[in-house]
Amino acid sequence: MLRKTFETELQQLKDEVLVLGSMAEQAILNSVEALKKRDLKASEKILEDDRAINKKRFDIENQLMILIATQQPMAHDLRLLASTMEIISELERMGDYAKGIANINIRMGDQPLLKPLIDIPRMAQKDVDMLHRALTAFVNEDVEAARVIPAEDDEVDALYNQVYRELMMFVIQDPKSIERANWLLWVAHNLERVADRVTNICERTIFIATGEMAEIKSTDDDFWKNQS
Amino acid sequence: MTIQTLEIESQTHSAGSDAKPLGAKMEVQNMSVFYGKFRALTDINMNIYANKITAIIGPSGCGKSTLLRSFNRMNDLTPSARVEGSILLDGRDITANREDVVDVRRRIGMVFQRPNPFPKNIYENVAYGPRLYGIRRKNDLDLIVEKSLKQAALWEEVKDKLHQSGLSLSGGQQQRLCIARALAVEPEVILMDEPASALDPISTLRIEELMHDIVKEYTILIVTHNMQQAARVSDFTAMMMIDEHRSGRMIEFGETKSIFTNPKDKRTEDYVTGRFG
Amino acid sequence: MTATTATSTRFQQLIAEQQASLTPRRKIVNAVMLSLTGLMTLLALIPLFWIVGYVIYKGGQQLNLDFFTQLPRPLGMDGGGVLHAIQGTVVITLLAAVFATPPGVLAAFYAARFPNTPLGVALRFSTDVLSGVPSIVIGLFAYALIVKPMGHYSGLAGGIAMAILMLPTIIRTTEEMLKLVPHALREGSLALGAPEWKTSIIVLFPAALNGVITGFLLAIARAAGETAPLLFTALGNERYDIGTIVRNGVAQNQSFLQILERIVDQPVDSLPLTLWKYAQQPYPERVEQSWAVALVLMIFVLLINVLARLWVEARKRRLQG
Repeated sequence: MLRKTFETELQQLKDEVLVLGSMAEQAILNSVEALKKRDLKASEKILEDDRAINKKRFDIENQLMILIATQQPMAHDLRLLASTMEIISELERMGDYAKGIANINIRMGDQPLLKPLIDIPRMAQKDVDMLHRALTAFVNEDVEAARVIPAEDDEVDALYNQVYRELMMFVIQDPKSIERANWLLWVAHNLERVADRVTNICERTIFIATGEMAEIKSTDDDFWKNQS
Repeated sequence: MTIQTLEIESQTHSAGSDAKPLGAKMEVQNMSVFYGKFRALTDINMNIYANKITAIIGPSGCGKSTLLRSFNRMNDLTPSARVEGSILLDGRDITANREDVVDVRRRIGMVFQRPNPFPKNIYENVAYGPRLYGIRRKNDLDLIVEKSLKQAALWEEVKDKLHQSGLSLSGGQQQRLCIARALAVEPEVILMDEPASALDPISTLRIEELMHDIVKEYTILIVTHNMQQAARVSDFTAMMMIDEHRSGRMIEFGETKSIFTNPKDKRTEDYVTGRFG
Repeated sequence: MTATTATSTRFQQLIAEQQASLTPRRKIVNAVMLSLTGLMTLLALIPLFWIVGYVIYKGGQQLNLDFFTQLPRPLGMDGGGVLHAIQGTVVITLLAAVFATPPGVLAAFYAARFPNTPLGVALRFSTDVLSGVPSIVIGLFAYALIVKPMGHYSGLAGGIAMAILMLPTIIRTTEEMLKLVPHALREGSLALGAPEWKTSIIVLFPAALNGVITGFLLAIARAAGETAPLLFTALGNERYDIGTIVRNGVAQNQSFLQILERIVDQPVDSLPLTLWKYAQQPYPERVEQSWAVALVLMIFVLLINVLARLWVEARKRRLQG
C-alpha cells in the first residue's frame, strides 16, 4: 500500500473517536443512573469525567489539524477528517448533556424525585444504543446502517412526549410540584437532544462514504407541531 | 538566535504514542560554512534525533544542501570550503581533520537528487559499497544485496533480473536502488538531498513510505523544497532562510506538527502558508 | 474590454493579410533553399563514392587470395602479395596502441579531474600543440630519438612514432567522455566512502568507456593510414614475415621474448608505406598493385570503424537492459 503510514494514522483516529464515543455513552448512562439513585457523589464524578471528555475532544481536534496540515488529505480522506471534526464536537455536546443531567441531580439537593424514573432511563438506553450503532457505522463507513438509525429517533421522541405528558399531569394536580417537574423535563429534553445529535453523526457518515451531503428528516418539528 | 535543544512536550497523547526518550544522534553546534570568504551558513545549531526523520526546508539558495553535505563532509570536495563549529556524531566531532572521511561516509550514507546508479548491473550497484569495505565472499555479498534490496522495497521487482543494468530500471526504481546501495554499508544516518524531486507522484509516495519503513533502524535527514513532502514524512522540521548577508541561517527548528500547525516564527508561517516574499 | 477585443480583431486581420501576401513567396523561397541544400549534399557525396568506387574498381582487378598470403615477388614474376605490409601494419598499430593508451587515458583522468591546476592547463595546451604537429615532424622526432641511438630502423620506432601521433586523440576523447559522466555518479561513489582513485577506475571509467573505445579506435584507424612518420622509422621491409620469424625462432630454441624482439626490432613495412612506394615506381604492374594495396588499406580502416560501432552498440544495449 502506498500510504501505509497515513492509513494507520486514519485508523488510529477512528479508534480515538470510538474512545470519545464510549466516554459519552458512559456519561449519559451514569448521569441517569445517578439521578435515579439520587447519588450526588456519582454526579460529582460525572462533572469530573466531562472535563476528561472535553480534553479528549481537543486532543482529537489537534490530531486532526496535524493530519490535515501534514498529510494534505484529498477526496474521501478530506471528507473523513473534516467530518470527524464535526462528529467529535457532537460527542462532546452529548457529554455536556450528561453534565447537565448531573448538575440537575446536584441542584435538586435533598428534594425527592417527583416520580420514580421509568421512561427516562429507557430514553437514555435508547440514546446509547443508537449512538453506539451510529459510531460503528461511522467506523465501518456503513451507509446502509447510517441511513436507518435516524428513524429510531421517533422512539425517543415518543418517550419524551410520554414523559412530558406525565409531568404535565403532576403539575396540573399540584402546581407546587412545578419546579420538581421542571427538573425532570430538562433531563428528558437533554436525552431527546442526544438522539438528534446521533442523526447528525449518521449524516456525516453518509457524507464520508458517498460525498453526498444530505439532511436526514428530523422529527423535531413534528414534536413541536404536536405540542401546539 | 540560537535554537539549541528543544523541549518536546507531547501535545497530544494519541493511542500508541510511545514515550521513548529522544536521543540526539547528531548535534550541530555553532556551525558555519565558508566558501572562500563567503559565509554560506551562519551559526547553525540543531539536533538530529535517532530513528526520526528530520526535514530541512526553506526557499531556494538558503543553504539546505550545503548544510546536508556538511554532515558527510561532501563539502570537502569543494576546494575552498571550510567549516567552523562542530558536528557531533554520537558525541564525536566529525568535522575534525583527524576523523577519517571514509569512516564518516560509511556511517552517514547519502541519496542524491537525481537517481545515480552506477553503469553496472543491479547486483553490482548494491555490492559496490560492501566490496569497498573488504567484503569479498559471494555468500556474504548475496545476503547483503538481498537484505538491502528488501529494505528498499525493490527486491520483489528485481530479484529475477539482478544481472541487468541498473540503468534499465524506471526512475523511481533507480532511486530505490540508490537507497539500497546506501543501506548496503549499514550506515547509521542517511542523508537525502531532495530524493524525490525527479520522480512522479506515485514514485514519490513510494519513497516516502520507504522512509517510514527504514527509519526504525536508521536516522534520516532529508532536504526538500517540497513543503508538503516535509510535512508528510518528517518528525522534525528545520526552517532555513538567508539573512541580509546572503548567508543561510536556521530560523526555526521543531516538531513537524507544530511547525505546520503553529509555527513560532513569522517567516516560517509565511513560508509554509505560501505567503513568502 | 471592447477596446481589447477590437485591437485583437484588428491584429488578427493584419496577420491574415500578411499571411495571404506572404504565402506564395515563402513557398518559393522554401523550395529553392531545399533544392539548394539537397544539391550540395549530392555534390559532397560525389567525391566520396567516386574514390571508393574507383579504388574498388582498380584494386579489385588485382585482388586475390595470394595478395593477402604471399610476400612480394621480384618484378617480372606474376603473383605475390603484400603479406609483409599487412603484418607490419598490424604490428605497428598494436605497438602504438600499447604505448599510447595507458599514458593517454591516465593523463585524461588527471585533466578531467584537475582541469584548472597548472599541470592540467599545461596538459591541455600541449595536447593541442601536439595534435597540430605535422606527422612527418613526429617521424623525424622518432628518428632522432630512437632510430639514431639504436643504429637501425625498426617496427618499434614506427610504433612509438604512431603512439605519439595517437596520444592527443586519445587524451582528448577520453577527457571529453569523462567530463560527460554525470557529476552525481562520482559523488554517489564518494559518498559511499570510496577513495577517488577507486571511484575513477570502478565507476567513471566504465561509464566513459564507450566514448573512450570509440576515440581509441578512431585513433588507430588514423594511425593505420599514416605514411609520413614511418618513412624515417619503420622504413620498409619486403622480406618481413612473422610466420618465418617464429618458425626460425622455434627451430633455434629461442625464448618468447627473443622472438618478440626479432618481430619488433627490425624494419617493417606497412600498407600506406607500400602503397606510397609502389605508386611511384616506374613499373606498371607495381602501380596496378598499389591500387589493390589501397583497397586493402581501405577495408582495414573500414573494418576497425565497423567493429567500433558494433562494440559500442552491444555495450549500450547491455547497459540499458
